[in-house]
Amino acid sequence: MLSRVAERLYWSARYLERVENIARLVSVYDDLLYDLPRDIAVSWYNLVEINSGVEFYNQRYKVRDEHNVLKFMLADDTNPGSLLSSLKMVRENIRTTRDVVPGEMWELINELDLYARQNIKQGINRSVRHAYLNTIIEGCQKIIGLLTGTMDRHAGWHFIMMGRFLERADMNTRILDAANFQMQHSQEEESVKLGQVVWSKVLKSQSAYLSFRRTMRCSISGASVVTFMLTDACFPRSQRYCLEQVKAAAATLPRYGIIAANVDKLLKITNGVEHSTDLNEKFSEYLNEVQLGMIALHHQITENWFHFQQGDAA
Amino acid sequence: MDKLIKNYDSGDFFDELIEPSGSARPPAKQLLKYLDSLSAEELEKRRLTAEATVQEMGISFTVYTEEGNIDRAWPFDIIPRTIDAKDWAVTEAGLKQRLTALNRFIDDLYHDQNCIKDGIIPEHIIKDSKNFRPECVGVSPAFGVWAHICGTDLVRDHDGKFYVLEDNLRVPSGVSYMLENRAITKRVLPELFENDDIQPNGSYPAELFETLAALSPRKIDRPEIVVLTPGIYNSAYFEHAFLAQQMGVELVEGSDMFVGDDNCVYMKTIYGPERVDVIYRRIDDLFIDPEAFNPESVLGVPGLMRAWKAGNVALANAPGAGVADDKVVYAYVPALIRYYLNEEPILPNVETYLCEDPEQQAFVLANLDKLVVKPANESGGYGMLVGPHSTKKEQQTFAELIKANPRNYIAQPTLKLSTAPTLIGTGALEPRHLDLRPFILQSRNTYVTTGGLTRVAMKKGSLVVNSSQGGGSKDTWIVETKGE
Repeated sequence: MLSRVAERLYWSARYLERVENIARLVSVYDDLLYDLPRDIAVSWYNLVEINSGVEFYNQRYKVRDEHNVLKFMLADDTNPGSLLSSLKMVRENIRTTRDVVPGEMWELINELDLYARQNIKQGINRSVRHAYLNTIIEGCQKIIGLLTGTMDRHAGWHFIMMGRFLERADMNTRILDAANFQMQHSQEEESVKLGQVVWSKVLKSQSAYLSFRRTMRCSISGASVVTFMLTDACFPRSQRYCLEQVKAAAATLPRYGIIAANVDKLLKITNGVEHSTDLNEKFSEYLNEVQLGMIALHHQITENWFHFQQGDAA
Repeated sequence: MDKLIKNYDSGDFFDELIEPSGSARPPAKQLLKYLDSLSAEELEKRRLTAEATVQEMGISFTVYTEEGNIDRAWPFDIIPRTIDAKDWAVTEAGLKQRLTALNRFIDDLYHDQNCIKDGIIPEHIIKDSKNFRPECVGVSPAFGVWAHICGTDLVRDHDGKFYVLEDNLRVPSGVSYMLENRAITKRVLPELFENDDIQPNGSYPAELFETLAALSPRKIDRPEIVVLTPGIYNSAYFEHAFLAQQMGVELVEGSDMFVGDDNCVYMKTIYGPERVDVIYRRIDDLFIDPEAFNPESVLGVPGLMRAWKAGNVALANAPGAGVADDKVVYAYVPALIRYYLNEEPILPNVETYLCEDPEQQAFVLANLDKLVVKPANESGGYGMLVGPHSTKKEQQTFAELIKANPRNYIAQPTLKLSTAPTLIGTGALEPRHLDLRPFILQSRNTYVTTGGLTRVAMKKGSLVVNSSQGGGSKDTWIVETKGE
């Protein structure tokens, strides 16, 4: 596998995962609107903060309302983190690696890209937003399904796995941080009823609700949800699971030792939370630290495989 | 049958599907009967399906414009062009004959140059050729073949005969579109493939793989074959990716490879360097190796020529093969066929005037408004004068160009390119001019595609079929008409 091709596959998987997660995130907020008590205002601008888009946003928009945030998150092609921008990057990366992925992959990504672009207004306007976002998520799942069902488990596959799960782990910490932030900034008297809504939305955003119920067999609280989303060994979107997958994929590739060591460091600090009172500023700092750890891991992956090493000939 | 082609009139041009009497030619009978059974709305629905399919299949080509590169969807007409299988068999034999002679000629040029010594072709034509590479003298590629992949442009004149318009021996494009055209047509008009005896054309990638594998300098079971592309901004990038994928080989850019101290070519993989045996290069000669040619180029691989001359890697097409792509050399091909093969050419050339010959030049200058003037070494329809469609001023410009550099220009009569019914607007078929580009592969064996890529001038009356000049394309059917 060419180093360049490996890098593009890794990135195509990251961007594809990002597309799905943006759609998930927006649809959670959308859903939240209908469930929250009237006196609690949900800030759409939160979405911008979660995705580290504050600077870009403020350059482009004055008003922080639903319409602008949605435009920024979904449609804006000057925002490199928007859904359409990410989709474009998936397409560009696949366009340049078509020789190593299943043939139908190219058609599916074109189909998804065409749909997303032609119907973008549906995503921005509230009335049909749900159907739009759902179709995007399904489109991503279709592609992943195609890869899972037909792609060789050669090096290319493992780079896709690494990209997908690293991106997913990163988004997981962002979603937890967003919920944590929402709770920190609510009035004391609101927080009980708010907690129920917010934490169950976190689960739903990750399609984790039923799995949480069956596995944890306890009520939905900040502590139980955070513990599940960080440490569950079996749920495919939990932090632990994602990191284990990155490690497993790396283990099939040459010179993986240093990557495994890095993942282990992250796994070691992946622990549950005892009480919901532990969800505070310090928890936010912890999540930030994890995110920095994952950025370091990404640089390590780049260094290890994408910068060609003449050393060990095959 | 009468509904669709009631008012169809191709004038005095040979029409591929319709006879002058207005009835369908035998290989087109089933097709036209079927099309006629469709309502105008249904036909329009099929056209829209084709449009959507092109987008979903991501079939595109890149056009350079002042606003930057545009990845344009492939313009496609759903009405196929049909050719009788018996006719095609003759054309196929003609192409094999032509390419065999051309390869003998190239090999001769880089060795003993007998064709010059025996007076078949004047020495100065080779000496002044832009594509003759002195660096290649003495090199002996496998099977004596230099042009492994050729796209030869054929046109049918008003007499209904196929003529060779030019041979593209450097990095000819279009074969992926030929295959994708068939894929689209199958989706759009599936019913026709049940009843009509249409020869399949899908074996090209496998044939290409065999052609390339046979060139491997290492006699090993699984030689490493790669397609070398200049990258995503090249107009044919779609094709490069398509062919690499269809053959199951790596698509590489120059920066993915290097030449080692052992004069072997390696590619940069996550495991370390891996030796490369065969390179199907889609980069022009002068850009493949900055060490040997253009030092400014970043597209190629430094030292590639060294590795090739040392026999450690095969290049397809071989550097220097473009010498036979020269439009002046083209004029001599019939003589070369007689010389090397001792056979009469099966496929005729289009009548060609060489501007370097004073008498012929005088004729060309006097008839610029009737002739097509072409520079010897351009491709893609650039730098041409189409006499009947040109202004006095353009003719003036070309007269000066020709006088300043007669060796660089040829002229041909304006051909009455054949037409075929093309869907224009809702449910209306109109004649549009077209050509045909079959692809010929040669290494251990010789192979010709079943039909080829049909390119269509989408504008009424236009003779320009190049995709870079806004031309379109349609599926090409070789149809068995036995028993009729």
